[in-house]
Amino acid sequence: MQSRLLITTIAAVSLAAGVSMAQAPQAPAARPATRPAAAPAYRAPRTADGKPNLNGIWQAMNTANWDIEAHSAAPSPVRDLGATGAIPGGIGVVEGGSIPYLPEALKKKQENQANRLKLDPEVKCYLPGVPRAVYMPYPFQIIQSTKHIMMLHEYAGAVRTIYMAEQVEAPADSWMGWSNGKWDGESLVVDTKGFNDLSWFDRAGNFHSDALHVIERFTPRSADTLNYEATIEDPKTFSKPWKISMPLYRRVEPNAQIMEFRCVEFVEDLMYGHLRKQPASK
Amino acid sequence: MRHRTLVYACAVSIVIAIAMAATSSVAGQSAPLEKPRAVAKTVTVAKAYAPPKTPDGQPDLQGFWTNSTYVPLERPQGVTKEYYTPEEAEVAIKRAADREAEQTEPGTTADVHYDFSQFGLDRSQSTFAKTLRTSLIYDPPDGKIPQMTQEGQKRVAERAALRKAAGGQYDDVKNMPIGSRCIMMGGAGPPLQNAGYNANYQIVQGAGYVMILTEMIHDARIIPIDGRPAPPSGVRQWTGVSRGRWEGNTLVVETTNFNGKNPFRNGSENMKVTERFTRVADDAIEYKFTVDDPSTWSKAWSAELPLVKTDGPIFEFACHESNHGIANILAGAREDDKKAAAQRKPSSN
Repeated sequence: MQSRLLITTIAAVSLAAGVSMAQAPQAPAARPATRPAAAPAYRAPRTADGKPNLNGIWQAMNTANWDIEAHSAAPSPVRDLGATGAIPGGIGVVEGGSIPYLPEALKKKQENQANRLKLDPEVKCYLPGVPRAVYMPYPFQIIQSTKHIMMLHEYAGAVRTIYMAEQVEAPADSWMGWSNGKWDGESLVVDTKGFNDLSWFDRAGNFHSDALHVIERFTPRSADTLNYEATIEDPKTFSKPWKISMPLYRRVEPNAQIMEFRCVEFVEDLMYGHLRKQPASK
Repeated sequence: MRHRTLVYACAVSIVIAIAMAATSSVAGQSAPLEKPRAVAKTVTVAKAYAPPKTPDGQPDLQGFWTNSTYVPLERPQGVTKEYYTPEEAEVAIKRAADREAEQTEPGTTADVHYDFSQFGLDRSQSTFAKTLRTSLIYDPPDGKIPQMTQEGQKRVAERAALRKAAGGQYDDVKNMPIGSRCIMMGGAGPPLQNAGYNANYQIVQGAGYVMILTEMIHDARIIPIDGRPAPPSGVRQWTGVSRGRWEGNTLVVETTNFNGKNPFRNGSENMKVTERFTRVADDAIEYKFTVDDPSTWSKAWSAELPLVKTDGPIFEFACHESNHGIANILAGAREDDKKAAAQRKPSSN
């Protein structure tokens, strides 16, 4: 609820700013009709090669990583964590409210959720996939160059290369997929395919198949916020394409940096502890 | 596995004959021993070469590079000079390549583990950097890591004792090598090291940052070049914390704040690594590093390891996600434990 309200509020403010800017002679005229209603009327500063400058460290501020759909607060899945591990509620980031699962897929989602401590790839420090990497509760850094745009995630050191120049089909399936990008006005549009079927969308068991196709739009909405949208297609799992959207916020601390979160060592006991040598029995 | 295979297949890039074909004029020069020399080709062009610039005016280091090489870090026994002649260098490469190829000997452990005739494992099948150097280390001039201090020797002994106390290598995942556990591999550094196969890197420059992606375990170093202060000493990381700056056309990166869990050549967590990247040709970056760690070595030491251009792109190396080896190895070791226990029981009766 919070984030949705915030979008509206900020969009309204940005729109107002756009109107006042429109009085300046060079300001762009009407927004293209295809833009969503919440599209910000904001022109981002440019990089040296003339593109909207998305460089920076960004982070989502919502509970989508717990569940992209609307959900109430709930106790921690791990009793010993008490309130520190409890699930904060969220109004959801799925446009239209719910994900259009095919019937069989919905069953699998529910099984995933019931067994999430065993099955969620995040528990094992596996690569997060897309779009989950974007809204996990860790920052990510965009390093923007003409041919390649890097998205460098703190979680598990996950890396995505967006190919802006040489664009090819995904040469192999992977966790983070294969991303080709293009500029559409103020927006960076990223088309990602070539996923394996192993990543999830959140801790609630929302999942996809290897037919996943994600189209994302990163659109600057103010100096320190981006509007993020992702359209999800996967005919093996969903009856129709669906969309999520949320703002992303710049980490404005002057000393902000992506820290190492090399979580493999944090999950070794969990994954391999049962294979440790036992003291010789007498 | 499908992924791995593809990685290798796609790595079928141009086998660049970098510059080994040193012109006779270069070969004929008596190499001044005091001065480190780069790849033969780059020696001839380095002085005149003006590196391309990024749109915002930085020297452009971007692209896909490899530091694969047969030149050892330390000078081999019996070699006393700093540079081979081109003919000697070819002989040394052939000797090393033949040694590598021996690993395809049918029935050997190495052959069972990895088929070295498969593309990408045998360095000679791919792009690799050639240099006339007999060792990557050029300072000290004998090409060897300096004598370890007493403090350093004491630390090495303590680490060895800790390892011994922790039990056998297959008693616990924590006793296994960092690379096998998919935590990080040698190539990432810093300093960047020739890590054998898949020694591939991608450099991307954005406003205020240089990013170096190491193919092995998708390890990305994000190096700020905006003059920010050194990090607080309480922050300790596997790859340390890096700060960069431009000195002319050279990117200088200083890294401190290591966590000591993966000591480079038995160094301490207080090691400082200074790297220098200079684009010296369209297809070559001169890469030098200095390791300074007074608690380990009596003096700082330096090496040079060329980066040569290779074809991209770099593929996802999802190591941990497919690391069935750890579970299988440990499960095998526990089976052995059971068998050993079963054998002991009857005899103890």
